[in-house]
Amino acid sequence: MQLWNLLKQVFSRPLGCISATVLLSLYAAAVCANFLAPYSTNEQDLTRTYHPPTQIIWGEGGLRVQAYALVDPTEARYAPIAGQSYPLKLWSRGFEYKILGLFTSDRHLFTVADPGGRVYLLGSDSTGRDVFSRLVFGARVSLFIGLLGISITTIIGFLVGGLSGYFGGRLDFWAMRVVEFMMAMPGLYLLLALRSALAPHFASDQMFFVIVVMLALIGWAGTARVLRGMTLAIRQNQYVMAAESMGQHPLVILRKHVLPNLLSYLLVAATLSIPGYVLGEAALSFLGLGIQEPSASWGLMLSQAQDVKVFYLNFWWLLTPGAAIFITVIAYNVLGDVLRDLVDPKLKKRI
Amino acid sequence: MIAFILRRLLTLIPLLLGITMLVFILMSLAPGDFLTPVKAQRDVPQELIQAIEIEFGLDQPWYVQYYKWLGNVLQGNLGHSWAYKLPVADLIGQRLWTTFLLSLCAFVFSWVIAIPLGVLAAVYKDSIFDRIVAALAYTALSIPEFFLALVLVFFAAQTGWFPLGGATSLDYEFMGLWAQLLDRAHHLILPTVALGIGSIASIMRIMRANFLDTIAAEFVTTARAKGLGEASVMFKHVLRNAINPLISSFGFAFSGLLSGALMVEIVLQYPGLGQLMYQSILREDQFVVLASVMMGCFMLVLGNLLADILLARSDPRIRLEGKR
Repeated sequence: MQLWNLLKQVFSRPLGCISATVLLSLYAAAVCANFLAPYSTNEQDLTRTYHPPTQIIWGEGGLRVQAYALVDPTEARYAPIAGQSYPLKLWSRGFEYKILGLFTSDRHLFTVADPGGRVYLLGSDSTGRDVFSRLVFGARVSLFIGLLGISITTIIGFLVGGLSGYFGGRLDFWAMRVVEFMMAMPGLYLLLALRSALAPHFASDQMFFVIVVMLALIGWAGTARVLRGMTLAIRQNQYVMAAESMGQHPLVILRKHVLPNLLSYLLVAATLSIPGYVLGEAALSFLGLGIQEPSASWGLMLSQAQDVKVFYLNFWWLLTPGAAIFITVIAYNVLGDVLRDLVDPKLKKRI
Repeated sequence: MIAFILRRLLTLIPLLLGITMLVFILMSLAPGDFLTPVKAQRDVPQELIQAIEIEFGLDQPWYVQYYKWLGNVLQGNLGHSWAYKLPVADLIGQRLWTTFLLSLCAFVFSWVIAIPLGVLAAVYKDSIFDRIVAALAYTALSIPEFFLALVLVFFAAQTGWFPLGGATSLDYEFMGLWAQLLDRAHHLILPTVALGIGSIASIMRIMRANFLDTIAAEFVTTARAKGLGEASVMFKHVLRNAINPLISSFGFAFSGLLSGALMVEIVLQYPGLGQLMYQSILREDQFVVLASVMMGCFMLVLGNLLADILLARSDPRIRLEGKR
């Protein structure tokens, strides 16, 4: 009930409303990637490499896609062919996919039915794959890594921080030494070392989970430390002592009396630290150490933009994944700030 | 003070031991070693490979290797880089200097811009200027560093105003002293901007918040009440107090810059410590990885130590020894 109220308040603020809407639509796009994308992640077309975004025009009673001819193959220059275009069909048939792993469907928001034409909303990459389709599919990896990672971090952070704050003593001492050790290490360096050790033991389609686990393993220390401090303070309250004297199990106390008090902090901290995971994945994949081909992720797509040819010939559309990362991060930051102001303005100093 | 510094440096020992051991375990978990590519070549004699394996202790389990490596390090021998065919100490020394130069530039760049911006934003609170600066800072904080670097490379390639990468030009060795300095500066501009923009935003925000906090303090009211001019109040009383907490972030910023430079260095192909670390991880150049991780850790701890010392210097109310 409380959560519902909070949500209403977020939407009543202009910034909160905008950022929440942006995030919701990004996630919706990621979930419906199969429907939104006209092509699958790896549908190549080697005759159309580095194709610029195709123009969508109106004519003959519907939307049409401008046809292009390759003028200069060495520089990958394309020119529109005057008067030639292909019809863009809405709600049409394309590649087959499964909904929830149960039903098969081949409907797409838009496709070009004509075998000679292709629609590239955001151009094509070095093997003629549609950047827009890959962007939508990549959103699945890049967006959900944040949600999954933060859940793991929060659980570990709460367990370690809560238990060591509650019990104190030797457990606390050693847990905090481990936390300090984790915090003293240069994160990105450790990430690189971890990845080089773990990667060969996993197949490329399991890489997603390996990365989530790695990012979570590195990120939990900060959360644990703050939660320990807060648990220490909450512990002093009379209701905790009352619960103790009634003989309640420590874990029950942690869950029933401590956790609800930490919830608002956890919510705000989680929202503000999700961008860290999105960026972490992007950085790793960008370095070629994260998500591997043939999967798509925003970082991986950006790494392909790191090519002298791209720089000199101005294939700007290959940088769109960076814009997508930027929009996600800024939306999360704004939402986190709005949440923090709503939940507890005093938190501002701590986070 | 000296006791405090010594104690902090002593905590470095378990930290370095722990992290090097961790890296050792991680690297031994990865299949193959830095000899794998050599073994794949047909023309390298078996005897040579075996000799190297024995010399580096590669035929033994990781803890024996670790023990051997540790013994060498304690005698000041960081080992030999396989990929670069150089002693690791020389290699790291070279790279450390370039990274240090970049960090220093980014640091100066961000502070020189951020402090006046933060002060102005606080003095003209809620004005158009304040709002624009706040929005810009927000944007800057949300751009991933490596993406910013990528965009800068794009910009450099399109305009041709800046070199695309590296720390020096090809003909660097044949230039005069001034030309060499100019060349270095020219190569430093893009990495400095890519690295500095994020910290400009964060320092500016802290500065603005501090300044606003201090303006509300009672001694400022007193200063105004006794008839001091507004400029004197702002610069002599408010600014000095507001900048105090930032001085401690001096050290943190420093340690952060060194490890934060990794992505920027890789994208802009700046030959620094981060790039070295990345390449040697890919090549399984074990001793270089170990040494650069150690260096990174060392810098981090040193930066934090510097932060504490500076804070104690700038604020006499803080006593380091009496903390516990």
